[in-house]
Amino acid sequence: MCLAIPGKVEAISTDGAIRMGRVNFGGVVKSVCLEYVPEIEVGDYTIVHVGFAIARIDEESAQKTLEDFRQLGVLDEELAGEEEAFRRAASAPQSSCPDGSCPR
Amino acid sequence: MKYLTEFRNGEIARAQAREIHAMTTRPWKIMEVCGGQTHSIIRNGIDQMLPAGIGMVHGPGCPVCVTPLELIDKALAIAAQPGVIFCSFGDMLRVPGTEGDLFQVKGRGGDVRVVYSPLDALELAVRNPDKQVIFFGVGFETTAPANAMSVHQARRRGIGNFSLLVSHVLVPPAIEAIMSSPGNEVQAFLAAGHVCSVMGYWQYPPLAGKYGIPIVVTGFEPLDLLDGIHRAVRQLETGRHEVENAYDRVVTYRGNEAAQRLLAEVFEVTDRAWRGIGVIPKSGWRLNADYRDFDAEDRFQIAGIHTQESPLCRSGDVLRGAIKPAQCPAFGKECSPRHPLGATMVSSEGACAAYYNYGRFLPAEELASAGKAMSAF
Ligand code: SF4
Repeated sequence: MCLAIPGKVEAISTDGAIRMGRVNFGGVVKSVCLEYVPEIEVGDYTIVHVGFAIARIDEESAQKTLEDFRQLGVLDEELAGEEEAFRRAASAPQSSCPDGSCPR
Repeated sequence: MKYLTEFRNGEIARAQAREIHAMTTRPWKIMEVCGGQTHSIIRNGIDQMLPAGIGMVHGPGCPVCVTPLELIDKALAIAAQPGVIFCSFGDMLRVPGTEGDLFQVKGRGGDVRVVYSPLDALELAVRNPDKQVIFFGVGFETTAPANAMSVHQARRRGIGNFSLLVSHVLVPPAIEAIMSSPGNEVQAFLAAGHVCSVMGYWQYPPLAGKYGIPIVVTGFEPLDLLDGIHRAVRQLETGRHEVENAYDRVVTYRGNEAAQRLLAEVFEVTDRAWRGIGVIPKSGWRLNADYRDFDAEDRFQIAGIHTQESPLCRSGDVLRGAIKPAQCPAFGKECSPRHPLGATMVSSEGACAAYYNYGRFLPAEELASAGKAMSAF
């Protein structure tokens, strides 16, 4: 649950009084709150956790991390939509360790 | 190992591991606090690349595992009420309460939604003014800024039908609790990179000094973890105990100050019960008096929660030292870390989980002392 993933800021808007952006995570675009990274501009890369940008990251590190996370299969998990989340839940056993980090 | 051999940086990783082997002269126990790092270590077989003496101890940093049963039961009770939209992250859906889980509540007609961000839950509240919308906000310091912003915006915009069922836990008090528990064997920590991206690492030098432990801020990718372990072992071998940042492409000393400002405005420090561990003083955040109106626990006043641990479970006896976990008839059968019946199996730091995870591979006498060290925490 604590994973944050890098993405590229493609657009910035002010939604009411809060700064939001469209962030592209290797192809999947999500709406992300940019309030905590006032220095971020369009074209920058940022680390995003549950829809909030929390730090700036350089492009090279961002690309490498995205590639690593994709290989490790965590990107799909992090970006799963609601339907996908319920589909996963339907086939998952009841467990207090949903990410499987408790070794068997 | 499957993943690491396929991993494109496999060669660099193996070189890192060789260096760790070369410098290690004694056994050391290093704890990664964060469940995400545990996940990465196991998935990539990093523990198997290390010298036999380097023990990676898995910390209590899985927010889902340490969320008290009572809070899960409250979530289930609120989600089952009519006129309610209950929002959560996907990973809480199958976490068992005393009776069932959120996924089953939805199956019985409850309006349970999975959202990507707490702000999505806030928008649901705007679009459904006749409903009460609750967001289930658990997590460490990484997740807290998102939850803080959701109530901050709710108050600013006057969205009265939104509330948070919130239980945040904090890393530094957990490190204190681990280090001051009798029988503790942990000698160094990998601090969780993304927690530090929010909080910085200014909280750690006093801990490193007080307990004489190296603390290395570490990322999540296999090479990050090997680098973090490498630096921790180097400090241990040379008798140093400093705070190092092995994740400086994301983490700064001061962290995200804008986030910390809002956290201070919305939350206050509180004692928290960690499932499987017990109460750790000042180890969590709750909404402060200014934001109490948005606290779902206050708004819904769920009474009569009787959390019931499984009747098969002997965790009370285990915690009292009356029996060893393996003497519990359910141990390893009905009860395992993937399907825990009791608190001592839920957290990987619990005695039953420790026995389960490590015990099978140890001879009887080592098993006994491993269990003692773990159950002390
Ligand atoms: S093995 Fe499981 S059921 Fe038995 S005491 Fe431990 S937690 Fe309870």
